[in-house]
Amino acid sequence: MKQAVNEMKLRFPSKSCNEAFARGAVSAFIMHLDPTVNELSDLKTAVSEAVTNCIVHGYRRQSGMIFLDGKIFDDGRVLLKIRDKGCGIEDVAQAMQPLFTTAADEERAGLGFAVMQSFCDKVRVKSAPGKGTTVTLEKRLGADDGA
Amino acid sequence: MVETDYTNHILTAYIRGEIDHDSAARIRVEVDGAAQSLRPRLLRLDFGGVSFMDSSGIGLVMGRCRQMQLLGGTVRVVNYSDNLRRIFVLSGLEGLGVLA
Ligand SMILES: Nc1ncnc2c1ncn2[C@@H]1O[C@H](COP(=O)(O)OP(=O)(O)O)[C@@H](O)[C@H]1O
Ligand SMILES: [Mg+2]
Repeated sequence: MKQAVNEMKLRFPSKSCNEAFARGAVSAFIMHLDPTVNELSDLKTAVSEAVTNCIVHGYRRQSGMIFLDGKIFDDGRVLLKIRDKGCGIEDVAQAMQPLFTTAADEERAGLGFAVMQSFCDKVRVKSAPGKGTTVTLEKRLGADDGA
Repeated sequence: MVETDYTNHILTAYIRGEIDHDSAARIRVEVDGAAQSLRPRLLRLDFGGVSFMDSSGIGLVMGRCRQMQLLGGTVRVVNYSDNLRRIFVLSGLEGLGVLA
């Protein structure tokens, strides 16, 4: 694995106002890579989905800490790890299916993972019931210049 | 965050700023309040002032569709940017004729 050229770690409580904070922080973190408007929007949207899931699902009946680790590699790859110590996911494959949601009555669309997958190069989900969930998002910036 | 205009049985809600799970809850309350008292034939959700949206925006639109169905009206989403279109495309709302 290549050496990261920059990295950061954040931890913040599961309050809804931190959805905007998290995507703002990530956008500031990657800004010096000079991302295109679409690249910036893609990553902000994916991070917003992952952090919202920690708040809405992971810490559903409780509050807790959310951990966001960011790394930038010299080939322009950005790696973002979003972790909660909440309820975890019983069946990850099912959770990732488009339109699947366990919170339909709260107007969740069940498209959070679909958005992450369509806006990132790679999405990895590690989860254990009762322990929590880690979502890793990977996207290489500068891959689609000229477009 | 939301301004409304009611003309000729059409309620237009001009939504401004960022739509996420946090703000969607507040937008929903304002739009539903106006729709319930005015009972418009058409609810136009104007996304011209929306600078960011995640899948909470899709939930917001689908929820208003259900709400307007109960009130006997329909929903149209107008003025959304290309960036928002890329999110709406994932939702299947296109096929329902909700997107202008
Ligand atoms: N961090 C998490 N902790 C626990 N459950 C989660 C987490 N993230 C996602 N899930 C589960 O996966 C489902 C699908 O997530 P998602 O695609 O974002 O849709 P939505 O958030 O609209 O329900 C959620 O309804 C929830 O059951
Ligand atoms: Mg979600």
